[in-house]
Amino acid sequence: MARFDPYENNGGTCVAVAGADYCVVAADTRLSVGYSILSRDHSKIAQLADKCVLASSGFQGDIKALQKALAAKELVYEHNNNKKMSCPAMAQLLSNTLYYKRFFPYYAFNVLAGLDTQGKGCVFTYDAVGSYERTGYSAQGTGSALMMPVLDNQLKSPSPLLLPARDAVTPLSESDAVDLVKDVFASATERDIYTGDRLEIVVINSSGTCRECIELRKD
Amino acid sequence: MDGFAKSIGGGGPNVPAGSHPAGGSQAAAGGGATQRTQYPYVTGTSVIALKYKDGVIMACDTGASYGSTLRYKSVERIKAVGKHSIIGASGEYSDFQEILRYLDELTLSDHMWDDGNSLGPKEIHNYLTRVMYNRRNKFDPLWNSLVIGGVKKGPKGDEKYLGMVNMIGTHFEENHVATGFGNHLAIPILRAEWHEDMTFEEAVKLVEKCLLVLLYRDRSSINKFQIAKITTEGSTIYPPYSLKTYWGFTHFENPAQGAVGSW
Repeated sequence: MARFDPYENNGGTCVAVAGADYCVVAADTRLSVGYSILSRDHSKIAQLADKCVLASSGFQGDIKALQKALAAKELVYEHNNNKKMSCPAMAQLLSNTLYYKRFFPYYAFNVLAGLDTQGKGCVFTYDAVGSYERTGYSAQGTGSALMMPVLDNQLKSPSPLLLPARDAVTPLSESDAVDLVKDVFASATERDIYTGDRLEIVVINSSGTCRECIELRKD
Repeated sequence: MDGFAKSIGGGGPNVPAGSHPAGGSQAAAGGGATQRTQYPYVTGTSVIALKYKDGVIMACDTGASYGSTLRYKSVERIKAVGKHSIIGASGEYSDFQEILRYLDELTLSDHMWDDGNSLGPKEIHNYLTRVMYNRRNKFDPLWNSLVIGGVKKGPKGDEKYLGMVNMIGTHFEENHVATGFGNHLAIPILRAEWHEDMTFEEAVKLVEKCLLVLLYRDRSSINKFQIAKITTEGSTIYPPYSLKTYWGFTHFENPAQGAVGSW
């Protein structure tokens, strides 16, 4: 008889793209278990600070616990330091929080994104135990392998291999980046069974945070 | 326990002989030989629920199985919680009883505050999610899938709520939910036929349609159901009743008709 398994993969994909003065974060809203769909309307995006948003896919129980823990730590930070956490600060906190459970990990594949202290777009991408990197764009989750090659090709970001190192943010405009994200989700939805239903897009720029939803294929 | 179960004559759950609580319990730092839940024993099958005009309707059968034996036939798997919610459970029945004890403590403390506020379904759902997740973290889960439904006055008037949480802490809110086999058999029907603001009669008809499919196709379901509803007036758990089933198909009457061979 099968032993109790503390993990399950609830599927879904998350993407973030950083621009010169904006950041686009998107995730589908499908919650699955095995071959069943539990909900077509479940958000994977959490707003941790006004210029900092976390999108996670993986095991939903761990994801919600992680997002809750980070939101609580952010509040404590605000009370202690009389300011909201910046995105790079939250990035380090997330890494530490994940590594703390190195030997019973949060099964969460995260993309943290927002604006840094200079107002430039930033994206941080993680693995389940906290190793992270600041990049110009990233995709995590069941459809990530389908999306990353397209993003590599279409975002026209400077290569990370250049010397001297160049900022990895995309030169595309905000609306072009949003269109590309929509395209990339539509493509992944075709081939990844766990991605679909609805796409939630959050755009962060100097004027604040704006949320948009578009329908995806439901099959 | 394993040997005794087997000696009843092929009844109990198929627990391997001499099963040894592996991994989890021994991994407890300085814990010693504490037992951790490995398998469920007495289990209830699907629970289905949906939102309708006045609140939430929930239904399940009244059976509890011990492996493949139908051990208990009059078990109430839906209970009221506080003034605003009802909870239904599938999975290990003793764990459900434990959860009801936790909820008793919770609702009692809430009542003793005497502050004019009472816990609504959203709060109960959140509390149970934390309980289930924390037990999962200790490798000692409460082996249940829980459905919580209710109505409570909120900033936008009477707000209906329906949510589900499973044994490892996966939780969500939806207009219609089902546990176990219900996920595969009932949810497709609910997705096709549910709509906003159904009347009570329409909701009962839809629920009965799902229960009938589950009765025909789920081996562990029995023909004795309870429907419960929760509205602003409070919760009502109706007395158990049976559904009419039809077995008069021609193929059942003469099953060997088209068969070639000696049997």
